[in-house]
Amino acid sequence: MEIKQEPKQIINISNLSAHYGERRILNNVSMAINDGEIMVIMGSSGSGKTTLLRSMLGLKKPTSGTIQLMDKEITTLSTKDLYKVRQQLGVSFQGGALFSSMSVRENIQLPLCEHTKLDQKTMDIMCRLKLEVVNLSGYENLMPAELSGGMLKRVALARSIIMDPRLLFFDEPSAGLDPVTSAELDELIITLKHAMKMTIVVVTHELESAFRIADRITVVDQGDILIIGTVEEVKNCSNERVQNLLNRRPRNDTINADEYLRRLTGAA
Amino acid sequence: MIRRSIEKTGQKFIEFSQIVGMMGIFLYQCLLQILTPPYKLSAVIKQVHFIGFRSIIIITFTGLFTGMVLALQGYHNLKDFGSTDILGSAVGLGLIQELGPVLTALMVIGRAGSAICAEIGIMRHSEQIDALECMGIDPYRFLIVPKFIAAMISLPILTFIFDVVGIFGGYVVGVLLMGVSEGSYFQGMYDSVDWADVQLGLVKSFIFAILIIWIATFKGYFLHILKAGNFGAEGVSRVTTDTVVLSSVVVLASDYLIGSVMLN
Repeated sequence: MEIKQEPKQIINISNLSAHYGERRILNNVSMAINDGEIMVIMGSSGSGKTTLLRSMLGLKKPTSGTIQLMDKEITTLSTKDLYKVRQQLGVSFQGGALFSSMSVRENIQLPLCEHTKLDQKTMDIMCRLKLEVVNLSGYENLMPAELSGGMLKRVALARSIIMDPRLLFFDEPSAGLDPVTSAELDELIITLKHAMKMTIVVVTHELESAFRIADRITVVDQGDILIIGTVEEVKNCSNERVQNLLNRRPRNDTINADEYLRRLTGAA
Repeated sequence: MIRRSIEKTGQKFIEFSQIVGMMGIFLYQCLLQILTPPYKLSAVIKQVHFIGFRSIIIITFTGLFTGMVLALQGYHNLKDFGSTDILGSAVGLGLIQELGPVLTALMVIGRAGSAICAEIGIMRHSEQIDALECMGIDPYRFLIVPKFIAAMISLPILTFIFDVVGIFGGYVVGVLLMGVSEGSYFQGMYDSVDWADVQLGLVKSFIFAILIIWIATFKGYFLHILKAGNFGAEGVSRVTTDTVVLSSVVVLASDYLIGSVMLN
């Protein structure tokens, strides 16, 4: 009899709550991400998915709860130790977050310059390799201002994998991209997972993209996790809020005209 | 009504105290990093070029005209008392003790302080600072420390240039245009200006450098926390304006405090 081994959890979040001022963004959420999978965190704008991502990266201090990242409890780590943990992560931000005063090559080589003692020649070779992975060979001498939105994201991706991280995070990878470029980026994410054996966490509100790349999906809405499951499980979920998101239905289907006018005018 | 206004005042006071506390912690962390090697020499040189080298022309012009005005005003005032011989002393002391460090600092605030604040503010807004943190790079060490070190090197040098050019401007007006004897101009200066005066000017410029970079980098770095209108282009423009105004006031106030401590 074959014994199926439990997948190793690389991220474990438990009872996480987060606030911005008085406003509660995450409401006691718990989830786990397995080693080697692509987990897509999906939700509408303002649902709390980016706050969840920022909490996982240690950029947002939660109000309560714990976050275990590669067996390290990051909510209690010192800043110095947190930086050490982050050296094993790659993050691709929504707008790319490239340094405008640096060329593509300098941007990609930045983590190498800061954390390693490699000579310039080796760093150049590594940079060229990563640019080849993201299909941008020959662009190393351009400045970020000379690149299109899709190219910026791919350079940001090249920078995030230059240290060969175990964990890769994407914040809205397909936001602002045309469908073709978006599909290319999705393919790239899947290729990375298989070729580099990475665990990938993607935050997005693009349904097509999420269904294309995800091993599992977490649906977040108004600070709550509604479901964590495979693509099929999410599609077949009976939860109304999940179905609203999947079918792009607004939260309030019917608008009462009188009620709307009363609210607008402030009439009693 | 009264309760609400008391609540509002209390709220403002709490916010103010929080910002003062944050500024203190920020400066402490920056100074701690400054004292901890290794340093990125290339980053420091780049900042010295930006803060120092690129300010030389504006400092030269400001120094020249300040010296000229000082000599012109001084000559007309001293002439009534028949004391034009001490013109060199008045120009030299005025420039070295007060106008040199203060006007250099104000010029650097306008040229480099505002740019540093806007640069860091935009980096915060476009998630570049978050990206640094996620790469495991300490933004204090990478972004802010080189600016502090560069300003601490550049400002005393710029002040020295301002003083020398200002004395030359005073010479042009006092000696060449107004006819004060060259000997009395330089001898008066030599007799009255001593090492303590030069030291006072240098200490001032060093402290101003710390104050300017502290305020500019703090305002940009905490753009997302400071209530600077909309967090975006307007937020960046507001914190930049705040930086220029606050730095200028702080420089003038600290000029008095340093002067009163060191002259006594």
